Amino acid sequence: MADNTQGRVPTVIADGVHIVYRVNTGSSGKGAATAALSKIVRRRKGDAPGVRRVHAVRGVSFTAYRGEAIGLIGSNGSGKSTLLRAIAGLLPCEEGKVYTDGQPSLLGVNAALMNDLTGERNIVLGGLAMGMTREQIKERYQSIVDFSGINEKGDFVSLPMRTYSSGMAARLRFSIAAAKDHDVLMIDEALATGDRSFQVRSENRIKELRQKAGTVFLVSHNNKSIRDTCDRVLWLEKGELLMDGPTEEVVSAYEKATNG
Amino acid sequence: MSDTTHDGALATSRPPSADAGLSAAELASKYGLSVSGARPGLGEYVRQLWGRRHFIMAFSRAKLVAQYSQAKLGQVWQVATPLLNAAVYWLIFGLILGAGREMPKGVYVPFLMMGIFVFTFTQSSVMAGVRAISGNLGLVRALHFPRASLPVSFSLQQLQQLMYSMIVVFVIAVSFGNYPRLSWLLVIPTLALQFVFNTGLAMIFARMGSKTPDLAQLMPFVMRTWMYASGVMFPIGIYLKDQPQWISDVLLWNPVAIYMDLIRFALIDDYGASNLPPHVWLFAVGWAVVIGVGGFVYFWKSEERYGRG
Repeated sequence: MADNTQGRVPTVIADGVHIVYRVNTGSSGKGAATAALSKIVRRRKGDAPGVRRVHAVRGVSFTAYRGEAIGLIGSNGSGKSTLLRAIAGLLPCEEGKVYTDGQPSLLGVNAALMNDLTGERNIVLGGLAMGMTREQIKERYQSIVDFSGINEKGDFVSLPMRTYSSGMAARLRFSIAAAKDHDVLMIDEALATGDRSFQVRSENRIKELRQKAGTVFLVSHNNKSIRDTCDRVLWLEKGELLMDGPTEEVVSAYEKATNG
Repeated sequence: MSDTTHDGALATSRPPSADAGLSAAELASKYGLSVSGARPGLGEYVRQLWGRRHFIMAFSRAKLVAQYSQAKLGQVWQVATPLLNAAVYWLIFGLILGAGREMPKGVYVPFLMMGIFVFTFTQSSVMAGVRAISGNLGLVRALHFPRASLPVSFSLQQLQQLMYSMIVVFVIAVSFGNYPRLSWLLVIPTLALQFVFNTGLAMIFARMGSKTPDLAQLMPFVMRTWMYASGVMFPIGIYLKDQPQWISDVLLWNPVAIYMDLIRFALIDDYGASNLPPHVWLFAVGWAVVIGVGGFVYFWKSEERYGRG
């Protein structure tokens, strides 16, 4: 790797990013209605009653360059997914700013799909939700169905998604999500679900997407897939950036910390 | 080594290069990066929303279909639900309470049905609006689209629902001796204006509901009060004729009452212009423009913050 950054084009700059979730806890703690009422009456300054603040990301800064594949590691709840959402502009930063080139997108459409609809309608709905045009969807419809393999056991695509097995549903969701090319692509762990043959297919598809994308972020708990795909790794812990460096260096430090 | 390893706050410093001395903001502007998730200007926002029209349509239709997909009768419920609803109100207000007073039955039954369906159109748009963002936070936090797509799409779903109810309305109107005539066409501009009004209202409540989900608990009571004050099951003019004129004028000028009365005027032969308040079309358009545009701007102002919940 080169010793200077000349000629390298930044695609994502995170500048002191803080993210705070506000969680409505309702009447937390003892008692129910009465406790909630007294809380409203004894309002503390700052936040509304019944709201707890969760400081998920604390002052993270880094610059990502075109062509990089960056892994995000850290224990559960360390703020990895939250950070991705902030980069995508889906979560507002409490403090600090994220600058990006174009529109980064998260790989995943689960939230847009509806279990009561047929696979067919979900492919169209999911594609539209990701911002594809009707023509693009029509063009890729068959390849999405083929890729998911849900029609291998009969005509399942015309049945509601709630009738699918959990593996089939996961495969269809991945196939829809992976049908679109992205500029800055963010992949949140545990995507390669389903049976062995589908895992291989989806891993290949992720590789393809990565090659087309300018910059890739990958959140994963699988150190092997991080080593395979990423050339740089950010290690988050309790919302803070603990380490930022070449994959081998950071992953070994992470392994040492988690095993010992 | 391209990126040195640091702890926490030091991680911004990069290896020496032409860009080394630049702050994040300077570096961003040098390479033409923009702030992620920033709110676009109003014109650009409208353009983005228009670009997502297929998604908005597909989403509203999907919600409509999904609603009854587990029922054995399926989409028959689209018509059966408003019909049953109307039957219940007719039983109580028409037969038991006799709320029609001096209105002939041939006028009162369609009068009541139209009141209920038109009011339900606004009511369910508001209720869907309250939950448009707070109930779809997963979607808001996963994908990019102008957030106004959600309240607009829910209002569209209610509009499509209303179309089924209108079938019932037309059948009832005809079966009480009101045959299609030219004034029936007034239904189209009236419902279009009401749709704009509803969408604006849904966007206002979507923003408020995203901050305060408790509104979903409160709104049913507000809406019920509004329903009784709008003359859904009784003619305001007749009930308040002993009171000063301005009271019934104010009640009749409330947006839902306006749209309701215009529909009745259009479809019922014996429901003449005397039942309409003065300047009725002016108010119909005014409410739609003020709430429609105002609600849209109010919603847009908070665009970048909906993901927070």
